[in-house]
Amino acid sequence: MNLLAAEEATNPLIPNVAEMVVGGFAFLVVLFFVGRLLVPRIQKTLADRVDAIEGGLKRASDAQEEAQRALQQYKDQLAEARHEASRLREEAREQGAQIKAELREEAQAEARRLVEAAHAQIEADRQQAFAQLRNEIGRLSVDLATRIVGESLEDEARRRRTVDRFLEELESSNAAVR
Amino acid sequence: MSAALTPLASEEFQAPGLGIFDWPPLVQGQAWFNKPALLALIGSLLVIVLVYASFSRPKLVPRGMQNLGEMAYEFVREQVARPNLGKDSDRWMPLLFTMFFFVWIMNLFGSVIFIQFPVMSRIGYPAILSLGVWVLVMYLGMKHQGPVKFFTNVMFPPGLPKWIYVLVAPIELISTFFLRHITHAVRLFATMMAGHLIIALFSEVGWHFLFVQLTPLGAPLGVLGVIMTILLTAFELFIQALQAYVFALLTAMFINDALHPAH
Repeated sequence: MNLLAAEEATNPLIPNVAEMVVGGFAFLVVLFFVGRLLVPRIQKTLADRVDAIEGGLKRASDAQEEAQRALQQYKDQLAEARHEASRLREEAREQGAQIKAELREEAQAEARRLVEAAHAQIEADRQQAFAQLRNEIGRLSVDLATRIVGESLEDEARRRRTVDRFLEELESSNAAVR
Repeated sequence: MSAALTPLASEEFQAPGLGIFDWPPLVQGQAWFNKPALLALIGSLLVIVLVYASFSRPKLVPRGMQNLGEMAYEFVREQVARPNLGKDSDRWMPLLFTMFFFVWIMNLFGSVIFIQFPVMSRIGYPAILSLGVWVLVMYLGMKHQGPVKFFTNVMFPPGLPKWIYVLVAPIELISTFFLRHITHAVRLFATMMAGHLIIALFSEVGWHFLFVQLTPLGAPLGVLGVIMTILLTAFELFIQALQAYVFALLTAMFINDALHPAH
């Protein structure tokens, strides 16, 4: 409807002063609120964000480095512990073997000693028995001979000799039997 | 809207003309207070509210509106400021971000239903913006390059034969310090005006041939008008954002030329 009134269209290239005032005022108001008050806020936030991200990245890489270092340390310690353990095991095995050898040695020595002692005892007993037997046999033989011969062998020395001779014969025959 | 554009008294089809850019005052006696002026004020408020909702309490971890606001901010910074201003970008971002959003919202009104008028299709609005940029650029150039050097740096580029300066000097003077600032405004104004006019034309075609005067011959034409209106509206949405981007981009370029000698 309005157009009928605006039949005589003004030259659209000539700016209307009132429009320029309204437009300029509107723009300045927007520039004040948006450009002066609000844009600096977002600029500060964006800068803070860059800081935070860069700081965060740096912290993360530091932490990673630290973790890497700790890991390396643990690995070293673990390797050292393993080494130590194997060394101890080896040592224990050696000691065990040594102890076993020593014990065996000792046991053998003991056994030998016992056997020897037993031998000595037996020998001593034999000697003793032999000596006793010898006296006994001598007396018995004399008794017997006396009885057989019917006379006492008056001469002690002779008697002694006779007995000894007899015994030596006996011993040699005995040795031959053995 | 179309009804308002159509002189219903006539049975003949009449293409909408430049008249659709002239608005009477909304309040009697207040000649300045017409629809574009109202839209400019509403648009300004809208820009402030939107940006306030995004950036009033910015968080390190963005959420909701702040995400959108940051996308817009980063678009302007990466696509408009950085390519032209480099490390000076942050200092000029308040102006460039405001400029981009202000122009874009004003353009966007051209495609918002029931509003359907791009404020920037009235030359006064782009003109005051480019005038402001011109004043800023003149000040910056004289401050950073010296009141005379600022002009001579542009008018006498080194390495040319002497006699050619007779031609180059006036051309550079006029084009760099005046013409490109005028085209800065006219480019925005003209694209918005042409876009609005062509959409008005096609919607008028649809309205006239499908509703005002439905005839077997006219109906296909009316359907075509509706389809073209839809397609061109989509295209116009793209152009609106593109022109806002170009306006802010050129502003950044002019500022950089003032800060640093071009050659």
